[in-house]
Amino acid sequence: MSFAQLIGDWQALAVLFVAGVVPNQIWRMLGLWFGGGIDEGSELLVWVRAVATAILAGVIAQIVGEPPGALASVPDALRYGAVGAGLVVFLLTRRSIFAGVVAGEVFMLAGKWWLG
Amino acid sequence: MHASPAARFLDARRRIARYAGTIPHPAKTPVALPPLDSPQWQSPWRAFAWGLRSITQTILTLVLFATYLGIGALAHDTHFSLLWALCSTLFVWAGPAQIILITTLGSGATVIQSAIAVTVSAIRLFPMVVSVLPLMRTPTTKRRELFFAAHLTAVTLWVECHRFLPQVPRERRIAFVNGLGFGLVSVCLTANTVGYFLAANLTQTLGSAILLLTPLSFLFSTARNSREVADVVALALGVLLYPLAAKMNSGLDILVSGLVAGTIAYGVHWWREVRA
Repeated sequence: MSFAQLIGDWQALAVLFVAGVVPNQIWRMLGLWFGGGIDEGSELLVWVRAVATAILAGVIAQIVGEPPGALASVPDALRYGAVGAGLVVFLLTRRSIFAGVVAGEVFMLAGKWWLG
Repeated sequence: MHASPAARFLDARRRIARYAGTIPHPAKTPVALPPLDSPQWQSPWRAFAWGLRSITQTILTLVLFATYLGIGALAHDTHFSLLWALCSTLFVWAGPAQIILITTLGSGATVIQSAIAVTVSAIRLFPMVVSVLPLMRTPTTKRRELFFAAHLTAVTLWVECHRFLPQVPRERRIAFVNGLGFGLVSVCLTANTVGYFLAANLTQTLGSAILLLTPLSFLFSTARNSREVADVVALALGVLLYPLAAKMNSGLDILVSGLVAGTIAYGVHWWREVRA
């Protein structure tokens, strides 16, 4: 990997700024400027939280369903199985994130090894 | 006292109490910090150092490391540069926004479409900043002194502030939070770099294992923070509706499934509130 590859091009960094940094930071700065008078438990924010959670859920589904890069080499059933196994362990261990992640990873690696 | 349903509906105090419940077991995890009247707190630099050291006091540091390892690998496999990945961590500093950005741009969305998805995911930062800054404000605090604390606010810092800050003297809390945030950002930048090079050099099997860290850690950390039915419904429906929305191939799949699932989840919440 060359040094230039690690730096990338300036257009990509400009896109990062326009599509990532500004749309994200605007909410923190609004919180800093107008925070005092806003009610953090208002109905509008409950809806916003629900939509934001569902968007993140969609991204999780997208990564598992239409996987990028190396993850695409894992068969569909194995990816879904790994998430399912992780979820079961997560629930059984009274919501331990660590146990859920480890279980999902072990399931996928074991499945890949078993399938050859 | 019997308030009218409408007044009860608008009464935020009921919900703030529930939001407080999303902070995991604050009392069960004693924090190793000097007592409030200790001379250790006299220097702001000492307070910064105590904040920095506090990253070793929480399991969330490990979760963040795994998540950002995955983000580094994801950036590599979606053909972003390492500098790009590090800048996104430094300047965006919100895991969900970063994976939404990488995934949408990587799958061919336009800059506008990605920006909309990112900004919707980031709205939750607003109430977090609003609730966390008063914890460190004193009557003489200037707004610019809170700038870094506001920038560093994301779900991990928000949770940790509620746990650590009661044990930090108020006038040293900004320095402490800056130290804690600096430590967490450093851990994540390291994780990004390690993840990026691992994805570039590992076998396909291990590379896929690192990429799988991202969906797993986000799914479970979001599920862990979901104490209300609305959050659980939003999470489950969001996962289930995405494949349907993707079939429409509108380029706005994530937004469509998110808006529909989130609004249904809010409807469930509203229905339960009205009945309650």
